[in-house]
Amino acid sequence: MQVLDENGAVVKALPEFAKERTQIIELYRAMVLNRAFDAKAIALQRTGRLGTYASSLGQEAVAVGTAAAMAEDDVLLPSFRGHGSQLWRGVTMVELFQFWGGDERGNDFARPRQDFPVCIPVASHIPHAVGVALAMQMRGERRAAVCIFGDGATSKGDFYEALNIAGVWNLPVVFVINNNQWAISVPRSAQTAAETLAQKAIAAGLPGIQVDGNDVVAMRYSVEQALDRARADGGATLIEALTYRMGDHTTADDASRYRDDADVSHHWKLEPVARLRSYLQQAGLWTREDEESLLKECAKDVESAAQAYLDIPGRSPESIFDHLYYSLPAPLAAQRSAMLAEQIPDA
Amino acid sequence: MPEVTLVEAVNMALAKAMESDDTVMVMGEDVGINGGVFRATDGLLGRFGARRVRDTPLSEALIAGMSIGLAAQGMRPVAEIQFMGFIHPIIDQVVNHASRLRYRTRGRLTCPMVLRCPFGGGIHAPEHHSESTEAMFAHIPGLRVVIPSSPSRAYGLLLAAIADPDPVVFLEPKRIYRAKRELVEDDGKPIPLDCSFVLRRGEDLTLITWGAMVAETIEASEILAADGVTCDVIDVGILNPLGPNAILDSVSKTGRCVIVHEAPLTGGYGGEIAAQLAEHAMMSLLAPVIRVTGFDSVMPLPKLERHYMPTANRIVSAARKTLAYS
Ligand SMILES: Cc1ncc(C[n+]2csc(CCOP(=O)(O)OP(=O)(O)O)c2C)c(N)n1
Ligand SMILES: [Mg+2]
Repeated sequence: MQVLDENGAVVKALPEFAKERTQIIELYRAMVLNRAFDAKAIALQRTGRLGTYASSLGQEAVAVGTAAAMAEDDVLLPSFRGHGSQLWRGVTMVELFQFWGGDERGNDFARPRQDFPVCIPVASHIPHAVGVALAMQMRGERRAAVCIFGDGATSKGDFYEALNIAGVWNLPVVFVINNNQWAISVPRSAQTAAETLAQKAIAAGLPGIQVDGNDVVAMRYSVEQALDRARADGGATLIEALTYRMGDHTTADDASRYRDDADVSHHWKLEPVARLRSYLQQAGLWTREDEESLLKECAKDVESAAQAYLDIPGRSPESIFDHLYYSLPAPLAAQRSAMLAEQIPDA
Repeated sequence: MPEVTLVEAVNMALAKAMESDDTVMVMGEDVGINGGVFRATDGLLGRFGARRVRDTPLSEALIAGMSIGLAAQGMRPVAEIQFMGFIHPIIDQVVNHASRLRYRTRGRLTCPMVLRCPFGGGIHAPEHHSESTEAMFAHIPGLRVVIPSSPSRAYGLLLAAIADPDPVVFLEPKRIYRAKRELVEDDGKPIPLDCSFVLRRGEDLTLITWGAMVAETIEASEILAADGVTCDVIDVGILNPLGPNAILDSVSKTGRCVIVHEAPLTGGYGGEIAAQLAEHAMMSLLAPVIRVTGFDSVMPLPKLERHYMPTANRIVSAARKTLAYS
């Protein structure tokens, strides 16, 4: 499924939302912000002010397109590369920096309150998504769960088990594979003999489709259609979004150990931000001044978020006992007191 | 007041919880029309319907993971894992998610779910049906591990587990599922999840155990009583978080302690209790703490399982060893 080809030419009728200048520009802005956020996060990590970070460079359309298709009261269950989705949904850059900076308070985002935090153990959040969807179905709500994960996740049992039940119970959930062609150093070709990842839906009795994951219009449109069906009791969909991981796996990775720059450079011709910009320019919706002022605005927002993050006061060490249980059991209260008694002053 | 077995008390508690809170739901393999392989969920499908009583596909990791999603959305899933030998695929979900969802979101999302699972040996079950891996779960912060050992405790503790705002692994000693009947009032009263249970009171020795081993331990205390040795028998009941007060009080009084469990010795939960006694009751101890447990071997198939599991005689000889110290 593709609406804009790699040159930004329209190859399929534009969906309604894409005909609205404000809406299409909103998608563009979100992808540019996503990219600026990633760049800043890496810069903070390189200077010792953020933890290990997984950039979503080149995959912004999957994240933004998916989130843009969702209703506010749907529930997102992202992997660790879903920054663009989270930002679109209303998680702030400060909260994201805070989480990736090593402070769980970043997961207590002001909105959207029901979205899940990122999931680090690969694929293990896919079963949560069907649980969320089941709760919605049992209450007769017109809502759906959306779960994003990588190509690597589709090798795990969690993935198959969740797809299977989504099929047999007709659950309102959309599964989006951010197929960036790599699970760290293991390429897609070494992960499965299946011809496509989308076809893994067939055994679960679900529709599975492939979408150009570098085409934000196609992404938003496909997820919207899947969500419409889910909300109308039509069940789940598996969407394989084809994209490419332009950066290292994380800041702790060095991709040159396992892939050539030449492999990557080819993908710069396909990447989602330039593609939408070409379309906008060709359609006369975007000028160089627009571009300059957007870049400036994003840089400013990212900088001020980073500063706000760096200014957040530290957490007291004994707060590791907070929110462990609804109320602190007595034996843990004793450990807490012991910690307080021996507290090492900050260096 | 009905006179019920332990498994019937579980059923009674499930029905009571479902009756009083319509977010409570039951799911697992064969829990619906079949009423569970041990009949713990018998009749619930008829009373509460297929919306709230769900037969899942054979999919343990999913059952746990899906429960997390449901719980985060405000439901109260009570899921059954058929046998403890098949609980291990869910450890990922319990360690990485259920037990820490509250923590990692600073209370924004919570996980009020119960995973029920029959455990332990002695019923001549096939391979992989007789394990006792409770210590694995007791090692997980943010989780509660609850083990009833009588019908009334099964009823009250399960109600408390379902009402608890945090995830609970509820392990049911299947060997004593039908061992005894007890009058249990169906009054919906929970038993708080922060106590242990003193089943016998004595002066000379503390016997500590949980689950089905309560039977052998009480039997041992009766053999010892015939010799004039009186014992405190404590059913730990809640392994995590362990409220050690009853144990410490008792050992401070008796100075001698034998811990009994079916699970293997090394890394077993008895080691945790022994360590706590060493830390907090050293000056009261008159003898080394002795553990009577399953051996550090694989849980054997039925032909040999009775040699694996602690017996009243093994408990009595351990007791005599501690009593020999003066
Ligand atoms: C269960 C599990 N195994 C291993 C890891 C370490 N690890 C982190 S990401 C990753 C690769 C994931 O690949 P994919 O699902 O394609 O997602 P991507 O990183 O490409 O976005 C691995 C092996 C993990 N986090 N979880
Ligand atoms: Mg990948």
